[in-house]
Amino acid sequence: MVPYRKRRLQEQKMIKATINNVDIEVAEGTTILEAAKKLHLNIPTLCHHPDLTPEGSCGICVVEVEGFPTLKRACMTLLEQGWKVYTNTARVRNARKEIVELIFSNHDTDCLTCIKNGKCELQDLAATLGIRTFEYPKADKKKEIDTSSVAIIRDPNKCILCGRCIQVCSKIQTVNALTLSQRGYDTVITTVFGEGMGNSVCVNCGQCTVYCPVGALYEKSQVEEVWEALNNPDKHVVVQEAPAIRATLGEEFDLEPGSLVAGKMHAALRRLKFDAVFDTNFTADLTIMEEGTEVVERIKAGKNLPVITSCSPGWIKFMETFYPHLMANVSTAKSPQQMFGPLSKTYYAELKGISKEKIVSVSIMPCTAKKFEAQRPEMKASGYQDVDFVLTTRELARMLREAGIDLKEMPDEPADDPLGEYTGAATIFGATGGVMEAALRSAYFLVTGRELENIDILPVRGMAGIKEAEVDVDGLKLKVAVAHGLGNARKLLDKVSDQLAKEGKSEYHFIEIMACPGGCVGGGGQPWGSDMARRARRGETLYEEDKSLPFRRSHENPSIKAIYEKYLGHPYSDKSHHLLHTHYYKRSPLDGKVLLEE
Amino acid sequence: MNMVRSHVLISIDAGTIMAGARAVEEALVKEIASQGLAEEIAVLETGSIGITGRGVVVVVYPEGIYYAGVTPNDVPELVEEHLLKGRPLKRLMLAEAPKRYVIKREKTGLLKEQPRVVLRNSGIINPESIDEYIAAQGYEAIAKALTSMTPEEVISEVKSSGLSGRGGASFPTGLKWEFARKAPDPEKYIICNADEGEPGTFKDRLILEGDPHKLIEGMLIAGYAVGAQKGFVYIRGEYTLSTERMEKAITEAKAYGLLGAHILDSDFSFDIFIMKGAGAYVCGEETALIESLEGRRGHPRNKPPYPVTEGLWGKPTIVNNVETLANIPEIIKNGATWFKAYGTEKCPGTKVYTILGHVATPGLIETEMGTTLRDIIYEYGGGIKEGKKFKGALVGGAAGAFLGPDMLDVQMDFVNLKEYAAVLGSGAILVMNEDASIVEMLKSVLHFFKHESCGHCVPCRLGTAQLVEIVDRLAAHEGKKEDLDKLLKISKVMRDTSFCPLGQSLYLPISSALKYFKDEILSHVKQAAS
Repeated sequence: MVPYRKRRLQEQKMIKATINNVDIEVAEGTTILEAAKKLHLNIPTLCHHPDLTPEGSCGICVVEVEGFPTLKRACMTLLEQGWKVYTNTARVRNARKEIVELIFSNHDTDCLTCIKNGKCELQDLAATLGIRTFEYPKADKKKEIDTSSVAIIRDPNKCILCGRCIQVCSKIQTVNALTLSQRGYDTVITTVFGEGMGNSVCVNCGQCTVYCPVGALYEKSQVEEVWEALNNPDKHVVVQEAPAIRATLGEEFDLEPGSLVAGKMHAALRRLKFDAVFDTNFTADLTIMEEGTEVVERIKAGKNLPVITSCSPGWIKFMETFYPHLMANVSTAKSPQQMFGPLSKTYYAELKGISKEKIVSVSIMPCTAKKFEAQRPEMKASGYQDVDFVLTTRELARMLREAGIDLKEMPDEPADDPLGEYTGAATIFGATGGVMEAALRSAYFLVTGRELENIDILPVRGMAGIKEAEVDVDGLKLKVAVAHGLGNARKLLDKVSDQLAKEGKSEYHFIEIMACPGGCVGGGGQPWGSDMARRARRGETLYEEDKSLPFRRSHENPSIKAIYEKYLGHPYSDKSHHLLHTHYYKRSPLDGKVLLEE
Repeated sequence: MNMVRSHVLISIDAGTIMAGARAVEEALVKEIASQGLAEEIAVLETGSIGITGRGVVVVVYPEGIYYAGVTPNDVPELVEEHLLKGRPLKRLMLAEAPKRYVIKREKTGLLKEQPRVVLRNSGIINPESIDEYIAAQGYEAIAKALTSMTPEEVISEVKSSGLSGRGGASFPTGLKWEFARKAPDPEKYIICNADEGEPGTFKDRLILEGDPHKLIEGMLIAGYAVGAQKGFVYIRGEYTLSTERMEKAITEAKAYGLLGAHILDSDFSFDIFIMKGAGAYVCGEETALIESLEGRRGHPRNKPPYPVTEGLWGKPTIVNNVETLANIPEIIKNGATWFKAYGTEKCPGTKVYTILGHVATPGLIETEMGTTLRDIIYEYGGGIKEGKKFKGALVGGAAGAFLGPDMLDVQMDFVNLKEYAAVLGSGAILVMNEDASIVEMLKSVLHFFKHESCGHCVPCRLGTAQLVEIVDRLAAHEGKKEDLDKLLKISKVMRDTSFCPLGQSLYLPISSALKYFKDEILSHVKQAAS
C-alpha cells in the first residue's frame, strides 16, 4: 500500500473530482478522507490514525462513489479523476450506524466505569452518529483481562481489533509483542504463546496505550496506593516529576497542547498534600554529571564506544532483549527517576532526619516503562525499593480532577530544595535529542574546562527519526547520533553493530536512544491523543523553557554543586557508583525474562 | 509396448483412494495375472473419471463400460465375467455412462457432442506420465508459442478468445495478462490459484489430479506472455494427491527441459514452485493468497493497487485459477476462433462444474457456457434422484445464489447470470429436491462464513456472527418476525462495507433465498401463542 501511494504522490499530477457535488482539485495520491478535509468535511473514522498506515478494518469511513457497486473506504482510497463522491447518502449513513451497532455487539459497553469514559473514540463516534439503541445482543462470555504486566493492562472485552496497537508495536517500535491470533469471530490480539504482556518481549513503552482508541489498553494504575500514602500520617511522601510532564499535563485541563505548566504542576502537587515537591529535572542534571563524566572517561580511554544513553527504560529492556551484545556500550548511569529514588531515601532523609522506611517516593512519569523500571529487583540502592510508586501523566491528572484541583488556575511555584532546582539542560531531557544536547553542553566543559559557546545544538533537535551531529571538542571530532522510536533505534544500532563486527569500531562516539517517538513528550503515559504533530509541539515547549532559565548547563546547577560537595564527593565516586549506577541483564527474545548466565 | 485387447482404467483420485482404489488396483493386477491375461489386458491409472461419491470407479475399454463401487472382493468375479467371458457384470455397472463430452444444444433442440476442452485428458491419460500427456498433444502449445508467436501475439490470442477468469470473478484473462506485461518492473510472477475452498467445489482438484502437465503448460504460456520467470502453485493444504502429482509433473517437466533455463532452446526460462495453503478459505482471495505466500497471516490487501501492478513481493503478478490456466494450452494450440465456437458470444468457452446434491449422477462435468440449469441437471446429472421434484439449487458455492424452478431455463454463463442477480462463482451446483430445507441450507452457508471470516474487518467478523444467531433461531423454529429483515439488512451492509469479496458476497445467498423461498423461511418464525 505504502510504496504505491508514494509513487503516485511523486507524479504530482492534479486531478479533478467532486465531493457532495462540490468541485475539488487535489494532487493525485490524495485519499478521499484528505480531500474531504480540504472542503472542511469531516468523514467519521475509527481505526484510522494519522501516524499509521490505514488498514481499513472498521469500515466507518465508507463513502459512495458513483459507478462502484460497493462503498469505498475514504481513509485508504485514493481519489481519482472525475469521481463523484458522496459522503452522507442514506446508504452511507445506514452502513456507518450498522457498523457501530455491530461493534457494540462485541464490546463491553460499560462506559460509566471505563477508564476511557469521556475520552473514548468509539464513544465519540456513537455520539456523532447518534446511536440510540443497542441493536444486537452482547457477546456470550467475557474474556480474561491480561494483568500480567507491571505496566500495562489489556482488556480484550474492550478491544475492537482495529489493529493500531499491533501496527505501532511491530512497525514503529519493531518489538512485535502483540499479534493477532485465531480467525474470524474468534480473532484476538495476544502475545506470543498467549502468556500475557508481562511474559512477553513487551518493553512496556506503552505506545499501544497511546494509540488504542478505546479502553482496551491502559496503564496499571497506582493512584489508590498513592492516595493511601498521602492519607497516612506516618508516611513522608515525596514526589518527583519528569521533565516532559510540564509540557503535557496542561492538555488534561483543556490548555493548548504545548502549554508549559511547570510552576502550576508544583503548586497542584503541594495541594495534593505531598510532603515535599521535588523535580526529576534535578536528577536529570545529576545524570548529565555522571553520564557526561562516563562519556569523557570512556572516550579518553577508547573503551566500549560508542557510549549509549540509558535514561529510557523501554529502550533498556529492548537492548537487554534484542541487542545484548551492546550491553557494555550502554552507560551505567541510572535514569533520572532512579537517581532520585535512592537520594530521596538517603541524602534527603539524612538532611531531614527522617528514617528511610517512612519515606514514600512517588514519581510522575510520561512513561509506562518507568513502572517496570521502578520494580526492577536491582533498584534498591537505598536498602528499600528506591521509587515506590510511579504515576503516569494521565494518572496524575485523574488524581487532580478527583481532588478538585484545577491546574489552569494554579499559581506558579518552584520545586522544593534540595532536590528541586534545575537547569535548561535538564528540562530538554523530555524531547528527543535533549539528553544528547545536555550532555554535550557539559562534556565540552569537562574536557576543555571552558564553556561551549553556542549551546543550541540544533542538528540533534526535531522529529527526524535518526539525527547526527559532529562537535569539535578541542580538535576531537565527536560524532554523535540520536534515535527515537525503537524502529529507528533498530536501524541505527544495526548499523553500529555491523561497524563493530566488521571494523572493530563505530563511527559514533555517543548515541542517545529514546524508546518513544518524539522522546518522553511522546511517552506511553502521556495524555491520550499524542499524534506525531502534537509530540513535536510539546518538544518545542521544553526548548522554550530551556531558553528562559537562568542556568542552561547541568554543571552550573547550584544544588548539583551542593550535593557533590556535601554528599557524593565527585562524579563517578564510590558513593555515586553505589547509588547512581546500575547494571543490565540479558533477556530471552521469546518471553523477555532475564536469562541466567551460565 | 504390447498390443492389448482391453484396457482397464482405474480412477486414482483423492476420493477413490479413500474408497480403496489402490487395493482394487492391486487385486485387478493380481487376478488378471492369475487368469493368465496379463499379456492381453492392461490396467491403467488415470485421474478422476468424473464420478464422485460412488466408491472405486473402473472403466473397461474398448466397450466403454463403467463400474462403480468396486471392492477387492468384486475383482475375481469382474475379471472372470467381463474380461475372460466377455459378459459385463451387470450388478456393478453404472446405468448411464457419464458424459465425457460437451453437449451442444442446436437451435432445433437436437443435442450434439463435442470434445471437452479443459477436461480433454482427465480420466483418460495417466496423470503421472509426461509421455502420455505429450502423446495427447501436450506441450505442443508452448512449443508453438515459443517458436512462432511473440508474447504480444499470445496475449492477443488469449484476448480475442474471450476467455475470462474461471475462479468466479470472470475478469478477462487476456486483459489481465496485458496489464502485467505492461507493468514496468522486469521481475514478474505467475501464481496458479489452486486454493480451492468453495464448499461443494472440487473441479480444480480433479484437474490437478487428472492433468497436472496441462497446468504447467498453461503457466509456461502465461509466463512467456507476461515476461515472468517464476511461477507458484498455491495448493489447498488438504489436497495431498494434487500436490504429489504436481510435484511429480514438475520434476518430469524439468527432466524433459520443459521447465528451467532455456526452455526448448529458447531464451525463455521459467520455474514453478509449490506452496501449500494452511486451510483458510479467505486465502482463495488473490491478495490474501499473496500475503499467505509471503509468509504472513492470510488477510486481504486493499485494492488498488491490483496484483498485476503490485502483487507478490510488490512485483507485477498474475493470479489465475486452475481452470483458467487449463484452457490456455487449448486456446494457443487451436486458436481463438476454435475456442469461440464453444459457449455464447459474450462468454465463450466451456465451464467445469461440480454437480452435487439430490441428482442421480453427481460428479465433475464440463459444459458449454450458456447451457441451461435444466440441461445441466437432467442431461449431465441424470435428473433428480428417485424421481423427486426439483426445488432449487445453490449455484456458485457458498458465496453463490439460490436459484428456484423458474431459473431452470436461464442460460448459465458469467454475463447472463448477472442479469438475474446470480453468479457462476466457482462452478459448484448443489441441487435440492422438494424435501430439502432451505433454512438448513442457509444455516450451513452462514456457519461456514462465520467460521471462515478472516476477522480483519468489522462488518464481516461481527456481521457473520449476528447472521448465525438469527439463522440458528430460525432453524430452531424460534425465529422472530423481524429476523428476515435483519438478515437482509446486515448482509446488505456487509456487501457495501466488507473489506473483501468474502463478506461482500453473503448478500447473494441470503437475498436469493429470501426471493425464492420467503414463505418457507417465514414458517420458521415462532408463532405467538394463541
